[in-house]
Order: sequence, then C-alpha cells, then structure tokens
Amino acid sequence: MNVVVCVKQIPDPAAPGALDSDNTLTREGKLILDESDSFGVEMALQLVDTAGEGEVTLVSMAPNNEVSGLRTALAMGAAKAVLISDEALAGTDALGTAKVLAKAVERVGDADLVLTSTESTDGYTGTIPTQIGQLLDWPALTFAKHIEVGDGKVTIQRQTEAGYDTVEAPLPAVASVTAGVVEPRYPSFKGIMAAKNKPVDEVTVADLGLDGQVGWSGAHQAITAVEAAPEREAGEKIEDEGDAHENIVSFLDELKVI
Amino acid sequence: MSIGKVWVLAEADGDEVASAALELLTKAREIGDTVEAVYVGSSADAVAGVLGEHGATTVYAVDPGDSLSGAVGAAALEKLIGEHSPDLVMFDQSYDGRDAIAGLSARIDRTVLTNSADIRIDGDQVRATTAIFGGTQIVETAFEGEAPYLAAFRPKSFVAEPSGGAAAAVVAVDGVDAGRAGEAKVLDRHVEEAEGPKLEEAEVVVSGGRGLGEAEHYALVETLAKLLKGAPGASRAIVDAGWVPYSHQVGQTGKTVKPKVYIALGISGATQHLVGMKGADNIIAVNKDAEAPIFSVSDLGIVGDVHKVVPKLIEALEARA
Repeated sequence: MNVVVCVKQIPDPAAPGALDSDNTLTREGKLILDESDSFGVEMALQLVDTAGEGEVTLVSMAPNNEVSGLRTALAMGAAKAVLISDEALAGTDALGTAKVLAKAVERVGDADLVLTSTESTDGYTGTIPTQIGQLLDWPALTFAKHIEVGDGKVTIQRQTEAGYDTVEAPLPAVASVTAGVVEPRYPSFKGIMAAKNKPVDEVTVADLGLDGQVGWSGAHQAITAVEAAPEREAGEKIEDEGDAHENIVSFLDELKVI
Repeated sequence: MSIGKVWVLAEADGDEVASAALELLTKAREIGDTVEAVYVGSSADAVAGVLGEHGATTVYAVDPGDSLSGAVGAAALEKLIGEHSPDLVMFDQSYDGRDAIAGLSARIDRTVLTNSADIRIDGDQVRATTAIFGGTQIVETAFEGEAPYLAAFRPKSFVAEPSGGAAAAVVAVDGVDAGRAGEAKVLDRHVEEAEGPKLEEAEVVVSGGRGLGEAEHYALVETLAKLLKGAPGASRAIVDAGWVPYSHQVGQTGKTVKPKVYIALGISGATQHLVGMKGADNIIAVNKDAEAPIFSVSDLGIVGDVHKVVPKLIEALEARA
C-alpha cells in the first residue's frame, strides 16, 4: 500500500508571526515540519508497516526549495518526497494549494491513500483535505482519530462534537488526521543519515500544468486592511499562599456563576 | 449596504438547529435582501419553523442518506447555485461546515475565506475579517472574481436574534449526485460526551494545559467544569500529546469560545491559545510561572500550583453545593 502525506514546512510557531509588505506571511529563515503533520507521517508509516508492503511519499509546497522540514519526515521513515517550489506560487490561496498538491499526488502515481493534517498551524484555512479529495474525485474522510485500511477500503473514526462516527470509503481516498492520535516517532540517527540521500523530486508550477491558475491572480481575494486588535487589560495577579482558591470563589460569586 | 441573495448552510442535530446557523441567518438578514437556508438532513419540516423565525424565507433540503453530510451538502449546493445564483454562501466553521465549504470550493472553483469573525459590504465588495497572530491583528479580506462568495465563520461571531418570520418554505432537492465524495459512508455513531453544555455554548469553560503534568490530572479540569455547569477545554499542547481529543481544543487551530467565565489551568498562554479565548467576558488563570503570557489577559491571575489551588477550589465549591 502506498500512502502520500501532504506536509507543510512553516516558520517556527513559537516565534512571533509577521506579515511581509505584500501581506503574505513572512517565511524568512529556517522552516520546520508543521507538528500537525507529524501525526499524518507517523500514521502513514504505521499503515504501510501493517500492510507489509508499499511506501510513504511526502508532498510539500514551499518557498525557496525548502527541504529542512521534509528531511525531518524523511528521517522518520518516508521513502521519498515531491517538493513544489516556484516564485509563481506566492499569494496562492487554499484552493490553489490544493490544486498543486492534487497534481503532485497524481505525479507520484499509484497512491492508495492521501493523508493530511486537519489544518496547518500557520494558515489554518482548514479546507485543503476535502479540496484535494474533490479535485482528485476521491472521497475525503476528515477529522480521523483512528484509521484502518483493509479489503480495498479505509475506515476511520471521525471526530464529532458528541464522540465519533465510524466512516468508511473505498480506496483511493483522502483522510485528514487530528493531532494526538498517534505518537510521532523521533528520527533515529540512522534515519537522519539515510534521509540525506532520499530522493526529493523538485517540480515547478509549469511541470504540474498549472500555469496561470495559482499565485496572486488565481486567488480571487485581496487583503484590504490589517489592524491591531483591541488589547485586553491585565487584571489582578496574586501569589498563592495557600488560600488563593478563596479569591477565585469570591470572583465567581461576584459574577454570579455560583 | 446590502447584496442580493445570501444563503446559509444550516446545520442541525436531528430536529435541533445549531445555534451557529441562527447566528449566521441573523447576520445574513443584515447584509442580504433575500435570505435562504440550505439544510442537509431528514427533518426539514421540523427545522423550517426556527429557520424562518430567524429570517430564512426558503429552506432547500437534501437528505444525505448515510453519506457524509458535508459531501452531500457540497454537491447539493453546486446544483442549487447553478439554478438560483446566490451572491454569498455562509458556513459554520464546524466539522461538516468545513467539509461542505471545501468540497463546494473545488466543485465550482471559488476561493474561500474561513475562520471569519465578521463580514460587511463595502460598495460592490464583500469583505470578511479574521483574527491572526493570536488575535493581536485583524485582517480584512475582500472577495474578488465571480460570485457566489464562500465564507465560513467561527461560532459566536454574531448574536442570534429572531426576526419573527413565518416558517421557511421547504423545497426538497432531489437528484443530487455527490459522485465519489458520496462514497464516504457513515456506518455508525458513537456518543461519548452527552453530559454538560457544548464547549462553544457554555457559560463557563475550564481548560487545562501542559501545567497539569500528566493526562490523569485532566480529571481536575473535568471535575471543576462539572461543578460550574461548564464545559472542559484544552490547550493544543495536551491535544497534541494525546491526553484529550481534538474536539476539546481551544485556540487558533481549535475552537473559539466566548464564555462568561474562562478558567485556564496550567496554560501558559501561547498566541495559538489566546486567539481562541481572549473574547471571554472574564478570565481566571492559574499558573506557577508568574511570567506566563496568560496573565497578560487574565482578570484574576493566581501564581501558584494547579495541583494545590484547584483541589482546594473544588472542595470549597462542593461545600457550597
């Protein structure tokens, strides 16, 4: 079984974000593997392991031929990667990104399953998995907290407000994986060394046949204003000396919630 | 300023219409000349009353059978848009709402604006706003190109108010073929958390973070939430760690909550988290790090150990009950 995992390489989320003069997210400096995607990579490795055959391929769209995040996922055990990097991609919206990723999945060929996170940490539009599914004309099973594959079908536990639904579809299919569902492995030293020599297929927008469909012109949206949000004032701060819970009780009393 | 026709994808759990749908209908009335709803489910006649009461004159209803609601919703909307040409379609930023807006976007080749907190008409432009960087900045984005425009909104972005309208006219939509998207079938449903209010609708939200130390200590959060008739939430860190499911996550990549009281236990207050809760009326934080950013937004901050403060708090509240 072959699994393609869409991964995003993002600025360190612990660092304060910033916008460039064109109002795109600043992506200078080193990019890292979005932690949200580490769950999909781990899930894919486990599914291939269970199937006993096949491999995991990564697909990533990033500026400046960035590979550091890809190397992390390759070190975890993915076999190879497709990297789409092209100046023409600046300003691409979520649908344009999904078009690029769907074409890249087709370029990989023979995928049984595509995994994504539910949303990226930096952009978090949250529509890419289903958009990829629709563009490929594959079913999209979203918000999976558990995935099994067998008999040509994928079965997931889909997160709901009340619990979960069991959802099944014939392969090939797309599934998005929620955080925390598996414990991503740490790359071993051997894995890190091996990752340096794993193939990364670098492609352009033209290679995917998407000239003119992505980037600013394809996005059909324009930022009209960026403003500082009203600040919230900090209130009282007290050191607990054994009775701070009483302050909480009084506060809740004042608010009439108890 | 207004635009012609605004649609709302109205979600419901059985007969009960989601509060987000009523919030969206209320906003739709303000910006649209005609407001209609699209409903995916099998109880159209039961929901037509409350949808009409909030401004929908018509509800287009499609039964998804056992297919995923969002997949059928997207296919139905594609068909209906071809027939009725709405200018704007509004979605709830929910699991099914996200499926529907995403599938529709790819079907009709339109961009999406998601995580929106507001929308307005400016001349001939439709502009939606969203909070970024932990809610420190507000970005306004205009749709370009051809209508319909597709936007998804965080729950509680608007306040639902009835218009006093008559029940919406139900128009059954037949012949919807979702194609391969419809091959994702719901085999069964498991209800795990029937107790207490929903996270996004609760008056009180108690959330836990990494400062709880280990997964078992999340019970403190649940106990306190139950005592206050509230809902338990979580920071991203403990969702990523697998302590609690994604449905509990409050923050940028989780839910936005605006309760009367938000209690943050062992949460440092990364920007990722703050954006999801700083709209609360009152914030109480307990954290042992006096420099934690959560204290910059809290009305009452306790610098202390959650394992000492919270059990005493629970005991005090139980004594009053």
